[in-house]
Amino acid sequence: MPKKPQKSKQIQLKGIPAAPGIAIGRAYVYGTEDIIPVERTIDREEIPDEVQRFKDSLKKTKKEILAIEKKISSEMGVEHGRIFSAHLLVLEDSVLVHEVVARLKKKRKNVEIVFTEVLNKYINVLSEARDEYLRDRISDITDVGKRILKNLSGIEQRGLADIDDKSIVIAYDLSPSDTAMMHKGRVLGFVTDIGGRTSHTAIMAKSLEIPAVVGLESVTDVVKSGDQIILDGLHGVVIVNPTKRFLEKYRREKKKYEHLEHELNELRSLPSETPDGKKIVVAGNIELPEDVASVISHGAEGIGLYRTEYFYMNRQDVPSEEEQFNAYKSVAQRIKPNSVIVRSLDLGGDKFLSALDVPKEMNPFLGWRAIRFCLARTDIFKAQLRAILRASAFGNLKLMYPMISGIAELRQANEILEEVKRDLRKEGIPFNDQIPVGAMIEVPSAAITSHILAKEADFFSIGTNDLIQYSLAVDRVNEKIAYLYEPAHPAVLSLVKMVIDSAHRENIPVGLCGEMAGDVALTMILMGLGLDEFSTSPIAVPEIKKIIRSVRFTEARNIAEKAMSFTTGKEVMRYAKSRLRELVPDIAAELAS
Amino acid sequence: MQVRKELVVKNRTGLHARPAAMFVQIANKFQSDIMIEKEDQKVNGKSIMGILMLAAEKGSSITIIADGEDAEKAVEELSEILLHDID
Repeated sequence: MPKKPQKSKQIQLKGIPAAPGIAIGRAYVYGTEDIIPVERTIDREEIPDEVQRFKDSLKKTKKEILAIEKKISSEMGVEHGRIFSAHLLVLEDSVLVHEVVARLKKKRKNVEIVFTEVLNKYINVLSEARDEYLRDRISDITDVGKRILKNLSGIEQRGLADIDDKSIVIAYDLSPSDTAMMHKGRVLGFVTDIGGRTSHTAIMAKSLEIPAVVGLESVTDVVKSGDQIILDGLHGVVIVNPTKRFLEKYRREKKKYEHLEHELNELRSLPSETPDGKKIVVAGNIELPEDVASVISHGAEGIGLYRTEYFYMNRQDVPSEEEQFNAYKSVAQRIKPNSVIVRSLDLGGDKFLSALDVPKEMNPFLGWRAIRFCLARTDIFKAQLRAILRASAFGNLKLMYPMISGIAELRQANEILEEVKRDLRKEGIPFNDQIPVGAMIEVPSAAITSHILAKEADFFSIGTNDLIQYSLAVDRVNEKIAYLYEPAHPAVLSLVKMVIDSAHRENIPVGLCGEMAGDVALTMILMGLGLDEFSTSPIAVPEIKKIIRSVRFTEARNIAEKAMSFTTGKEVMRYAKSRLRELVPDIAAELAS
Repeated sequence: MQVRKELVVKNRTGLHARPAAMFVQIANKFQSDIMIEKEDQKVNGKSIMGILMLAAEKGSSITIIADGEDAEKAVEELSEILLHDID
């Protein structure tokens, strides 16, 4: 083991940058305090007791992990909670359990020793794996192993929840259960000996937005609790006991970093309004509850598209109403008073359902999908509607049906919605009875009959990804015909204009939530056509906002009118880009050509 | 009844973590005994530890062997996981 350094000596270590930001503070060395079991020989009669003790500790461990899973799922989203299902599988691994029991009978040693031996065998094999991702799984297995040993010993360990002061946590490794129990405000950063970019520590740090450096190998040998630390999560550098010069340098760096963040923030917090006073909403698209952080940090005003398919994919059961309710509720609460448009299940096409036997189709994009699927599987649809309605009591939720092709489907979906509302009323469960219900306009027939739909929908959102592929008959995943996929095609622009005009004649708002909303070349045209809301991936929000804040609405209207007069998509693009170069040169500079 | 199927792992991350966990969860739904063979290694398909030991990366050839009444269905469902990207 390396010698502890003199207190005054500065040491600089290089690791893997895991989450950006700079932290300066005191170290808190988090002892993993390995429990070293004492070996003991057992009698034949003791075997059943020893086996029982093992099974009890497995049961207790399972309970603990389920509790952590629940905590993480509700605080950080189900995706992160699912990390723990791998832990549960280790606990329930019948081969592992049998091996321990068999070895116990053969070796007649206490279960702590036998279990450690068996686990080490697996860890040794994994540590030789070529694949980084696979090696990172060792921490999952050791995390579970330690927990089982702790439960066998009956010792209660001190957790990260007990940190009092703001500190930089230094550890050999941080398990997901460690990070889960930690108070976010008290930890300035993480530093660990092991771990790679895909380790849970890295994922968690990024998601908590705490600077982190991992894979430092021997940082725990070098640092003592209370040492001053500089953590540079941008470059993966950790400086222990820095000299004054370094401290000053990094204080400046930290300021610079925070200033840059601040500058972006400025734009984020400015209203999205044209110089001549027309307000246009710029919202974000999300897939998972934890994407909300990015929506807020990029200054989006609400969520224009919450895709809910991800609940249903990559799993073997249909998500329960409760699980969905918790997710929708947490999103609604965090975004309020801004609104969240929740799109009901849009499965099929290129997104398939793991839990159900959905037959393969020749033409999946024209097949049994989205609202068509929901209208047939009312059990699944109703559970989702119940969850959305219940969550509507906690924030500003709107409901949107995907792939509506005509008024009959909208009416049929609304009838089911009314049934669900009646049930909730009967059960005395609160919900927003006035929840706005809109139609996603992505099928050409819906666009063409938008004047009819607008009379019965509370809002529209144009889904351009599908609208373009359906109206131009271009499969968007087929590379051979990718050149035909043109958002600026006169047919697409005409349909978009038609939908916006129909909506406005009935005084309902209309948004656009496809990739087209994030294409800066087309922003001015869409503004000029009268679009009320752009909804795009959060990263694109500041740019769209900047264009809106730079171009007068009267100007945008002229641009849109001119754009509609061209005969090909190429001409439209050429014109749109040249006008952008002239009016918002900073943004145009990023365009390829 | 015993059913064997040889296939090449197609999904991007190989038979790791998430796909491995899914594989085990699905395997445990079936009555049949399920084994996976890769080169000279053979592991229990109902054991996450066993599967991690295989370290089956994308492109590796493996054989799924199911033995029992629902063997056919088991092999069919389990090979789906290895042939597609689930995320």
